[in-house]
Amino acid sequence: MDKKTRKVLVDPLHINNPVTLQVLGICSALAVTTKLETAVVMSAALTFVLVGSNTVISALRNLIPGSVRIIVQLAVIASLVIVADQVLKAFVYDVSKQLSVFVGLIITNCIVMGRAEAFAMANPVGKSALDGLGNALGYSLLLLVVGFCRELFGSGKILGHTVFETVNNGGWYQPNGLLVLSPGAFFLIGLIIWIQRTISPSMQEKE
Amino acid sequence: MELLNLFVKSVFVENMALAFFLGMCSFLAVSKKVETAMGLGMAVTFVQTVTVPLNNLIYTWLLKEGALSWISPSLAGVDLSFLSFIAFIATIAAMVQIVEMTIDRFAPKLYTTLGVFLPLIAVNCAILGGSLFMVQREYDFAQSVVFGLGSGLGWWLAILALAAVREKMKYSNVPHGLRGLGITFLTAGLMAMGFMLFGGIKL
Repeated sequence: MDKKTRKVLVDPLHINNPVTLQVLGICSALAVTTKLETAVVMSAALTFVLVGSNTVISALRNLIPGSVRIIVQLAVIASLVIVADQVLKAFVYDVSKQLSVFVGLIITNCIVMGRAEAFAMANPVGKSALDGLGNALGYSLLLLVVGFCRELFGSGKILGHTVFETVNNGGWYQPNGLLVLSPGAFFLIGLIIWIQRTISPSMQEKE
Repeated sequence: MELLNLFVKSVFVENMALAFFLGMCSFLAVSKKVETAMGLGMAVTFVQTVTVPLNNLIYTWLLKEGALSWISPSLAGVDLSFLSFIAFIATIAAMVQIVEMTIDRFAPKLYTTLGVFLPLIAVNCAILGGSLFMVQREYDFAQSVVFGLGSGLGWWLAILALAAVREKMKYSNVPHGLRGLGITFLTAGLMAMGFMLFGGIKL
């Protein structure tokens, strides 16, 4: 793998993270991370859709007329999401119930549209697939970190297994209820952005 | 009364942006100025009020299990609900286009303020989310009109409030790493906490 290809794959993990730097796909990053399990399933679904849509759209890029490209992109993405949704319903029904509308909302997840528009429309198939994978991994990484923190500190569990015995069950850990609620997700991602930008000052915004 | 209750609930208690995190991308990206936030909020409310009832009709009469029986009884067993994602997004994209052309034709002044935001809305997850919630919660037509209007207004309120806070933030000394996106997240978190106070309100 030469340097440029590696850049496409590795950059989205930290320096060009789709959620914390490109401000894409935040809705689901906040909404499905109350538990690690839902975060994992959501990441898998998004990875499938993003790699698929980048590949298909890149393969079709010379056939799509510019004026209707948004509709074509939406049609490709929506079909992939339907497949993902049906698979989730068939194999992990419980999790798919918990994810509720957020599987459907992958269609309007701006990461998918954004990468299709910004990368797949202008690059060959192999590279686009790699770009899709890289961004999906960047998104998944953030989701897993947030999901891990929220489940562990919010309810003392990891993947449903008790790690910290909570006070309610006669243990010692007083769970931080705020993390399970919506403001906790905002604060957590805000803090992650702060940490990232302190590590790499080049990411800071100029005023 | 029940409808009024639903309205209050969809504006405040189950605020699209702050309780369900829908439409976050534009919520964070277009909230730098009150003026643009105003325009986008108006456009979202408008499109939301139109598309949720429309998708309700499409779902009830075409996609739901047994919905096709009004064409002929032999179609009663057909369940097309797996097509709802693609049908909804097509409706939304088409509606946005129609709304854009209508406003351009009949209210050019409004078009100059709303015009740039309308294409953005087709991929705003608050809009698609509204339609999906409508299906999930099994709203009837009247309920979906109220829900569409309420959730749109709630989103408008949220983005307007955030934009107002961010305008004032220009004067504060924020740590370098937090500038821009980071502090916006924290602000939105505090606002979400504020909106949690509405929880449990019933009329």
